[in-house]
Amino acid sequence: MKPVLFTQIEGNSGAYWSLLGWLAAFAAAGLGAMWYMEHNGHWVTGMNNQVVWGTPHVFAVFMIVAASGVLNVASISSVFGRTMYKPLARLSTLLSLALLAGGLMVLLLDLGRPDRLIVAMTKYNFKSIFAWNIFLYTGFFAVVGIYMWMMMERRMNRYTRMAGIAAFIWRLALTTGTGSIFGFLVARQAYDAAIMAPMFIIMSFSFGLAIFLLVLLVACNGTDRPLGDATLAKLKNLLGVFVAAVLYFVTVQHLTNLYAPEHHAVEAFILRDGGIYTGVFWIGQIVIGGLAPLALLYHPHTGKDRSMIALAAGMVIIGGLAQIYVIIIGGQAFPLSIFPGYDVSSSFFDGVVASYSPSLPEVVLGLSGIATSLLIVAVALRALPFLPASLADADVDPHYVDPPEPEVVEAEEEGAGEEASEIA
Amino acid sequence: MIHLKGLLGILFAAVMVMTIAAPAAMADSTVPLPSPAKAFKGKQCVEPADVMRRQHMTFLNHQRDETMRQGIRGNKYSLQQCINCHATADPKIMGGTVRTLQPFCGECHEYAAVNIDCFACHNPTAPLETSENMPLDKMIAAHLGQGNPDVSSGKAGGAQ
Amino acid sequence: MNSSKPFDAAKRRLLSGAAAVAGMAIAPGVTLIAPAEARKAGEAASDKVRWGLLIDANKCDAGCDDCVVACRTENGWQGHDRPATDPQWIRKVNLKDNKTGATLSLPVMCQHCENPPCVDVCPTGASMRRADGIVLVDRHICIGCRYCMMACPYKARSFVHENTSGQKPHMPRGKGTVESCTLCAHRIDVGGTPACVEACGQKAGKEAMMFGDLNDPNSAISKELAKRATTRLRADLGLVPGVHYRGL
Repeated sequence: MKPVLFTQIEGNSGAYWSLLGWLAAFAAAGLGAMWYMEHNGHWVTGMNNQVVWGTPHVFAVFMIVAASGVLNVASISSVFGRTMYKPLARLSTLLSLALLAGGLMVLLLDLGRPDRLIVAMTKYNFKSIFAWNIFLYTGFFAVVGIYMWMMMERRMNRYTRMAGIAAFIWRLALTTGTGSIFGFLVARQAYDAAIMAPMFIIMSFSFGLAIFLLVLLVACNGTDRPLGDATLAKLKNLLGVFVAAVLYFVTVQHLTNLYAPEHHAVEAFILRDGGIYTGVFWIGQIVIGGLAPLALLYHPHTGKDRSMIALAAGMVIIGGLAQIYVIIIGGQAFPLSIFPGYDVSSSFFDGVVASYSPSLPEVVLGLSGIATSLLIVAVALRALPFLPASLADADVDPHYVDPPEPEVVEAEEEGAGEEASEIA
Repeated sequence: MIHLKGLLGILFAAVMVMTIAAPAAMADSTVPLPSPAKAFKGKQCVEPADVMRRQHMTFLNHQRDETMRQGIRGNKYSLQQCINCHATADPKIMGGTVRTLQPFCGECHEYAAVNIDCFACHNPTAPLETSENMPLDKMIAAHLGQGNPDVSSGKAGGAQ
Repeated sequence: MNSSKPFDAAKRRLLSGAAAVAGMAIAPGVTLIAPAEARKAGEAASDKVRWGLLIDANKCDAGCDDCVVACRTENGWQGHDRPATDPQWIRKVNLKDNKTGATLSLPVMCQHCENPPCVDVCPTGASMRRADGIVLVDRHICIGCRYCMMACPYKARSFVHENTSGQKPHMPRGKGTVESCTLCAHRIDVGGTPACVEACGQKAGKEAMMFGDLNDPNSAISKELAKRATTRLRADLGLVPGVHYRGL
C-alpha cells in the first residue's frame, strides 16, 4: 500500500469563500439571537417554567453526541487497526473537535447568565453530572487534540495508537455523561433509565458517522478528490449497522417502560397520544431517521448511488434531531406525577401537557452552532492537511495489512494544495 | 504549516502595534477622573475609606457567602448598609425621585471598566427620606412586626 | 413604623413552639424583642434544627389562596400576565381522586428535601441546602442552566424570564437565575414564621399550615406529626421532604 498523502484544500474558489461567508453569517446570526434572548430574558423564547430546555438544547445535545461519535472513524483505524480507515482519521478528529465546540457554544449561549461562564469554570459541585461533563468536555478537547497531533506529526506517529485508545475511552465516558444527564433524573417519568447512557453511545455512533459521510462526500466532491466505491461502501454499511442498533435500543427502552404500569401513561403519551411528539417520534425518529435510511443504504440500487447515500445520511441527521427533540422536549411536556391516582389542576400547569413551540431565536442559535462547527472545519481544511489527496480504492487497499501504521506524509510547502508531489 | 505561521505572525504584529500605540492613545484621553458622590449620610464608613476603596469587594463577597450559605445575619459589611448611606438622588436618574448607588459606585466602576454584578438582582434604590440608619436584622424584624405594607413599599421611615 | 413593637399574642402563638419572648441585642445599641429562638447576629444556622411544615389538606379550602398572595407580597415575585413564564414559588393544587371523585386542595411549594435532587445536579453549587434544612438558590453563583428545574419532582422552581425591578431588600431577584420558596429564611433567622403560614392562620383563619423544628420532639409541629400519620409527596423517591401533608 502506498503511503497516504494528505493535503490542504486550495480554498481559493468563489464557492469556498461564499461557503465561508454563509457560515460566518449564520454564526453571527446566532450571536444576535443570543443577545436578543439575554437582553429581553427568556420569555421571548418558546421556553418556559414547564419546558425549561428547548430547541438550543436539542441542537447542543445532538452536536455533543455526534462529536463523540464522529471520532469513531479514527478509533476504528488507530484502536482497532483497520488500515482502510487510516486516511479518514484526521478528518474524523477535526470534525469531532469542531462539533463539540459548536455544541458547547449553543449550550453556553443559552444559559440564563452566560456572563458567568467563569463561575461554571471555577465552582464545582462534584456530585453534579453537569460538573463532570465540564471536565469531560474540556478533557475531550485536550485528549483529541493530542491524538490529532500524534497523527499529524510524523515523529509522533508511533504514539498514535496510544493516544487513539485514550481518546476512544474518553469519548465513551463523555457520551455516558451526556446520556446520564437524562438517565439520572429521577423526577421525570420519561427519563430515569439506565439505558439512556448506552443508548446515547450508540446514537453517537450513528449521528457521528452520518455527519462524517456527508462532510466527506462534499469535501471530496468539491475538491475533486477521488473517493473509491469500496471505501464508501464500507462506511455506508457501517452506518446501516449503527442505525439498526439505535432502533434496537429505542425498542428496548420503550418495551421496558411498557411492561411497568407506572410508565404506561408516559409511553401512551410518546407513542400514541402526544400529538406533535408522537408525530415526531414515528415519522421523524423511526421512519425518516431509521427505516427509510436503512432501506436506502441496503437496497441494491440506492445503496450504490452516492446521492442516495448522502440522502440517507441526511435523513439520519434529521432523525437524530427528532429523537433528541422527543427525549428533551417530549420528556418535559409530559406532566410530573406528583399526586398519582388524582386528577390534578392548578394555575401552574400541574397535570396538563406543557406547551412549547420553538421560537426563531432558539432555532437560529441552534443552527449557528452547526454553522460554527462547519466554519471551523472549512477553515482548518484550508490551513492544515486533513484530507487525503486520494481515497481511490487503489490507494486505500483494504487487504493491505503490513505495516499496520502506514507512513504518513504531509504536504508542507506553502501553496502545495492538491498539486503537492508525493514524497514517499 | 506555513499558513499557520503566517497567521501567528500577523497576530503577533497586531499585538505589538497595539501595545506600542496604546499608551500614546491614553495620553490624549479625555476621560475625566471619577468623582464619586458624597455619602447621603454618615461621616465614617464601617472601615477607613482607603481600606474600603481597596477591599470593599472582598468584604462584600465574603459576607454575602456567609449570609447566603450559612445564614449568618447582622454582620457589618452589608450591601443594604451601602445603600442606606451611599445611595444619593441624581436628577439624571429616574428624575431624582429615588436614591440610587449609581452616582457613588458607578463613577469609579465605569472609569475602571469593572462590571458590578450586585444589581442584576439586588434593588439599588432607596426612598429619598430616611429617618434612621437601620441594620438589616432590624429591618427584617420590622417586616415581621408589620401587616404594615408601608415598610415593604418603602414609604415608611425605614431605609429600604 | 416601630421596629421594637412587641409581637401581639396571636402572632406569638404562631411562632413555632416557643411562646417565650426575650429581649436580645441584635446590634450595638439596638434592642429588639424577638422570640427566644431567633439566632444571634453573627451566628450560623445549625444542623441541630430542621425546619419543616405540616399542611392539613382537610382544613384547606379550594377557593382560598391567601398563602400564595402572602408569599407573593412578602417576596415580590409578581408576574407579567404570562402564565407560562411567570414565577410561582407556591401554588394551590386542586386534586380529584380519579376513582372516588373525592376532592382536595393544598398548597405546593419547595419541599425542602433532606436529599434534594436540585442540589445534587447543580453544577456550581448554587443550589444548596442550609444546615437547618432550608433549600435555597445562591443566585450569586447561579448560571441559569435550569438543570435543577429538570431534576425537581415537585415543579417547585421558577426561572426569572425577564428583567426585575422593585425587588424587596430582603429578597433580591434577577433575570436569568432560578428561584423558589426560601421558607422565608429571612424571617426564620430573626425568629419569625413563613409568610404563608402566618397568612393561613391570621388572614384566612384556617390554621391549615404549621411551621416548626422537626428535630425538636417538644415543638408543636413534632407533637402534631407524632399524633397521626402524614404523607410526604413522592415519598417513593427517598428525598425525605421537610413538608408533611395530612388528608392526602
